[in-house]
Amino acid sequence: MTNYFELFGLPVTYELDLAALSQTYQELQRLTHPDRFADQGQQQQRIALQKNSLVSDGYSVLKSPARRAEHLLSLRGIELAGETQTMQDMDFLMQQMEWREMLADVTADSGEEVIEELHEIIEAQHKQLYQALQRELEQQSAQSDQAAADLLRKIKFIDKLHAEVMEKEEQFFS
Amino acid sequence: MALLQIAEPGQSAAPHQRKLAIGIDLGTTHSLVATVRSGQAETLADEQERHLLPSAVQYSQDNTIVGYKAYENAAHDPKNTIISVKRFIGRSVEDVLHTWPNLPYEFASECAQNVQIKTQQGIKNPIHVSADILASLRGRAEKTLGDEVTKAVITVPAYFDDAQRQGTKDAAAVAGLDVMRLLNEPTAAALAYGLDSGQEGIVAVYDLGGGTFDISVLRLSRGVFEVLSTGGDSALGGDDFDHALADAVATQLGLSESDKKRHYRALVSAAKRAKEALSEHDTAVLEIDSDEFAAVEISREQLQALIQPLIQKTIRACRRALKDADVSKDEVVEVVLVGGSTRVPAVREAVETFFAKPPLTSIDPDKVVAIGAALQADILVGNKPDTDMLLLDVLPLSLGIETMGGLAEKIIARNTTIPVAKAQEFTTFKDGQTAMMIHVVQGERELVDDCRSLARFTLTGIPPMAAGAAHIRVTFQVDADGLLSVTAMEKSSGVSADIQVKPSYGLEEREIAGMLKDSMSNAKQDMQARMLKEQQVEAARVLEALNAALSVDADLLSAEELANLQQQMQVLENVAANADIDAIKVAIENVDKASQTFAERRMDKSINIALAGQSVEQI
Repeated sequence: MTNYFELFGLPVTYELDLAALSQTYQELQRLTHPDRFADQGQQQQRIALQKNSLVSDGYSVLKSPARRAEHLLSLRGIELAGETQTMQDMDFLMQQMEWREMLADVTADSGEEVIEELHEIIEAQHKQLYQALQRELEQQSAQSDQAAADLLRKIKFIDKLHAEVMEKEEQFFS
Repeated sequence: MALLQIAEPGQSAAPHQRKLAIGIDLGTTHSLVATVRSGQAETLADEQERHLLPSAVQYSQDNTIVGYKAYENAAHDPKNTIISVKRFIGRSVEDVLHTWPNLPYEFASECAQNVQIKTQQGIKNPIHVSADILASLRGRAEKTLGDEVTKAVITVPAYFDDAQRQGTKDAAAVAGLDVMRLLNEPTAAALAYGLDSGQEGIVAVYDLGGGTFDISVLRLSRGVFEVLSTGGDSALGGDDFDHALADAVATQLGLSESDKKRHYRALVSAAKRAKEALSEHDTAVLEIDSDEFAAVEISREQLQALIQPLIQKTIRACRRALKDADVSKDEVVEVVLVGGSTRVPAVREAVETFFAKPPLTSIDPDKVVAIGAALQADILVGNKPDTDMLLLDVLPLSLGIETMGGLAEKIIARNTTIPVAKAQEFTTFKDGQTAMMIHVVQGERELVDDCRSLARFTLTGIPPMAAGAAHIRVTFQVDADGLLSVTAMEKSSGVSADIQVKPSYGLEEREIAGMLKDSMSNAKQDMQARMLKEQQVEAARVLEALNAALSVDADLLSAEELANLQQQMQVLENVAANADIDAIKVAIENVDKASQTFAERRMDKSINIALAGQSVEQI
């Protein structure tokens, strides 16, 4: 697996200089984009295509806090992609169900405030979860990495809820 | 007296000599070709000084007519004259008949996965027709420039899917053109206005043609173009303005339904002339080519009132596109107008009012896309080695695969920057299973049936193992043109699976190969000679590039690797002197293999140097 932090010449940490990331990305695009090799042989273009695809994927992974954390964990040997592990935290699950019921009750004539409320809840959750995630990832112990993985799973739940809230909002109030 | 230097075709006499390349706007109603000459991008005209070429091809018994003449003949030979073929590229007959139920053509089959039209010259598919248009433009360019032209950039609508893009590229190959890049039309328009240099921010491209309307929102940042969103209406254009005016005039003249129907064609062309005159004047006289009717005077205000609802439809699409791009109106720094219908003052006013800034209009809206394509072709062919400009495009529609229960699982999301690659792992569900099929679809919907089927990939050669033991890693690669390719490998054994592609729309590779053969000169010897020449030129190019690279970076290879590469290069040099086409091909492939690592290390080196330079800058 490619270490995207290395590809971008960045330290392998969760905290990231986003301006440096974006600047390096543009530089790497210029160096690897197949258009730069349009007047050269097929082999050169093929290599450029492969390298450039890594650059694009690397950028999209590194710039997203959740995907960056997942990549970092995967470099530390914890694979979340495609896992079947279920959520252990019953309180969190109960809470999720409650929010989902709130969303299910929203109709066209009523519930614009509910959507607002859910947006606020999601924002607060995000803030809290990401702060905790950063703390756990910085500790770099096996135990804290597991805790970080759990937090990431929760973030994925919240992201899914967020998408559903947006969908409903689009459906009724746009 | 100075000696003249004579160069092989495709090989420049001196490194600084300009290479020829053209930009082509392959449009629905008309097409154009442009090139950069003396630093200026300009469209090329035919012998009668006409720059536009109607996208119409007539296949009569013994000849093929392209352009104005074909367009004029369409009325009395509708069955053999194919107009606006762009609508049919990469589409099934069913799709086409659903959208345009009243086409005059006779289809070879009503349920085929690609359109085949019966003409006096036999069955023609959209690739044939597009290739004939492209060949005509290529011929015009060669005549004007006085030399062979093979390198081209061709524009496509930003929302074109894989099948439509592939179809366009196939047509170019049949026309003898090497497509350096398929370029999105709005991006080309922005390029024509030089928005790549200096300009930063959001650009809206408003493209109103004869029959289609497209709005695209682009983001420009340090020379990088991203298509943020596209929208529009594939059945709204200037022709609808003509119809609205014609209907109003018919009512004013008190025409009966049957009279109106009988004279409709004349009525609409009179309306079109009046509309065009009203772009210059405050009033125009609408005269129908028939003695039965009185002339009618029309004012600009009258026309404006009639077409206002249509214009408002385009403005609503603009609003939606901005929302999809997640940008506000005041973030838009420039608005570019494309398409002949943007000459209508009411359209310009509506666009200016909506975006609250005057749109860019200095380049002829019919030519702007071709000019942008020519500028990009000039860069890609290598005439501007110092340019910093880079076009970054995005995938217009999500790519997914069919999973259990007919659901589409997204693999690469829409608006992802391309090129991009994503790998996905699959496993077998039966003991000893050696093959599997992957159905790739394109679109945003959850059900496979609601998405567009792209292709079925059959993997064979998976080593037989217990169910679930084989792990097949399938890589979906999308290139800079937005085209998909798929490779697969069984992980534990390292065996790569063979893939057979069955495209859902368009033609299979062997069909294209057949058309290519047909398109080449019928004299077999000519073809052989040409192919030999091409291989020899390619061999020389490969050797020259490698020698140049080795003179700088030979230290990236071990002594053994270097010796092996040099040996393969020597073989190629020897073989290229003979007339054995296949031997040259094999030798080139061997050199490619031997230099693969070298090329990769060189790219890594350039990246490392750049990154080191940057971190020094940052300190």
